[in-house]
Amino acid sequence: MTVLLESLLGREALGAALAPSQPAWLAEARQAAAAALAREGLPRAGTEAWKYTSLRALEQRGFAAGDPGASSRAVDAASFALPGIDGPRLVFVNGTWRDDFSRVECERGLSLATLATAHEDQLEPWRAALAREYRGAEAAFARLNTALAVDGPLVRVAPGARIAAPLHLVFVGAQAERDIVWHARTLVELGDGASLQVIEHHVGAGASGAAGLGNLVLQCRLGRGARLDLVQVQTAAADASLIRRSEHALADDAILTTHALEAGAQLNRHDFEVVLAGRGARVVSRGVFALRGRQHTDVHMDVRHDARDTASDVLWRGVADQRARGVFHGAITVAAGADGADANLSSKNLLLSPHAEIDTQPVLEIHADEVRAAHGATVGQLDERALFYLRSRGLSADAARNLLITAFCGAALADLPVHGLREPLDAALAARLPRIGEAA
Amino acid sequence: MLRIDDLHVRVAGKEILKGLTLRVNADEVHAIMGPNGAGKSTLGNVLAGREGYEVVQGSIEYGGRDLLALEPEERAAEGVFLAFQYPVEIPGVNNTYFLRAALNAQRRHRGEPELDSMQFLKRVREKLAVLHLKDELLHRAVNEGFSGGEKKRNEIFQMALLEPRLAILDETDSGLDIDALKMVADGVNAMRSPERAFIVITHYQRLLDYIVPDFVHVLADGRIVESGDATLAHKLEEHGYAWIAERHVPGGVAAGAAR
Repeated sequence: MTVLLESLLGREALGAALAPSQPAWLAEARQAAAAALAREGLPRAGTEAWKYTSLRALEQRGFAAGDPGASSRAVDAASFALPGIDGPRLVFVNGTWRDDFSRVECERGLSLATLATAHEDQLEPWRAALAREYRGAEAAFARLNTALAVDGPLVRVAPGARIAAPLHLVFVGAQAERDIVWHARTLVELGDGASLQVIEHHVGAGASGAAGLGNLVLQCRLGRGARLDLVQVQTAAADASLIRRSEHALADDAILTTHALEAGAQLNRHDFEVVLAGRGARVVSRGVFALRGRQHTDVHMDVRHDARDTASDVLWRGVADQRARGVFHGAITVAAGADGADANLSSKNLLLSPHAEIDTQPVLEIHADEVRAAHGATVGQLDERALFYLRSRGLSADAARNLLITAFCGAALADLPVHGLREPLDAALAARLPRIGEAA
Repeated sequence: MLRIDDLHVRVAGKEILKGLTLRVNADEVHAIMGPNGAGKSTLGNVLAGREGYEVVQGSIEYGGRDLLALEPEERAAEGVFLAFQYPVEIPGVNNTYFLRAALNAQRRHRGEPELDSMQFLKRVREKLAVLHLKDELLHRAVNEGFSGGEKKRNEIFQMALLEPRLAILDETDSGLDIDALKMVADGVNAMRSPERAFIVITHYQRLLDYIVPDFVHVLADGRIVESGDATLAHKLEEHGYAWIAERHVPGGVAAGAAR
């Protein structure tokens, strides 16, 4: 094992995760994941899916497993407050559930629990998700999560229940005494005909310094005709590292909409998997990353049309300034027999500095006959004609630039299904743009 | 108001303006006519401060200041307005939002109080009424999906709203039908005032039937080769630009002398 892997998957951490109070199948799954990880290791230079994201920066850090102080760490609730969002809320600080910041009262039909406090019979329905076996070094962090994540939200919506108030899931990366690695596992299940809105919110707390590494897995299962609207707002601390995996499996006629803002963290990797398993299942994915400084964000979409008449509509925008680096990998696979599939993928990107870099790669793999598929990917710069037009009317160069960038990103944040979020998202985005009057 | 002296401008290494001299005073309308490629649009762009236009010789003084030392937004705040020949489509930027931001940026620069949204809308409604424009334009993104005529009318609307001291219209008449042309002319005529000057760049005399200029200049091969009153435009219409070329291009003059 490499030094980094040893630091991430320490003997003590695994020992703690294997506490005897859990079902035998879960302990076995943890051990199997740890063994696979020890055998196949972390992504290397030759691992295709990680070719733009090096773990070298992590290798120079020594991680302590978990944060023993997480349950009492001071956190500023204002950092995750969203105006108008006052429904149920589950807050996790460095991967540990915090009763004191959470609101667990919720509507009939929605049930909330946490992985750490769930009983054996409560865990049984999540068995397939928790024990999922991942393949290859590229899934090393999902394996690590399987082995070590001992807490996270468990969300279930009863069949037919339509939940009105958005569920706010907050993950705070708080500064600890040491550089830590923490994990969280989120499980969401919507019964047939159920609907739910979820805001997954990543924030940072504390000054600067050892901001830690968060490793999160989200697994959502949508029953027939269910609808999940997921908004992922990632405004983690500027020096934090985040590695996330979002998995969605959709049954017949289920609808998933996701909107993502990736604005924070120093190193940010987001793997996003959607399996359109049932006939007529549809996914709409919108997202934007806005990066500056030396931020690095790598988004990997993997949409699989496994059934007939399924639809995917993916539209992402990326902006990189200064020395930032953005990666968007959009893979769409239409399986044999998935006739009538309709796949759309658009990735447009803006480079704001000669030192910034964005790599975008749409990959369409089609094994069915009657399929409509379209994709487009561009990396460009701000339109000089548009800049001059705005300036000729009196806007300063900075104001003109910001107006154009905001408009460019806005395409990904239009049609947010959760009301009241557009303003805080725009504000988070604006905070990433060069401030007007700020020296170049 | 505007003094252009011996202006030489290079675009992409090629000299386009080759010694242009022009005086424009307040309360005057100057028409600049000329064949394609004479440098008409270059003049408009250089006045508005577009990048890529290299002034290699000469000077432009505006209101007693060196215009070339000002950024495009400073020129705008000082009252220079260019109605674009090809207005730019800006998806995602709302027309009203953009105009209010632009107007208030100019007002800040001049030390005037900013307009709140009520005051701004009141002003917008006044201008729309004068130009017979539909409100609908305001709710759309800047020029996005506008027809050619709508784009040109939007330029005139912006001009009316921003109330510049020196307005340069770069082939605003091109692509307009007669009704739109009249509307544009009405917009300009309504704004003529003792404090304001216009430079109307056009290829055709048609627009000048509706905006009657005080002076007409013919721009050919980077210089003003002929100036006169409004009747010059009619002469041009009658004889075509070849007539000017014969009289002024060195080769043409020599050929005439030899005959």
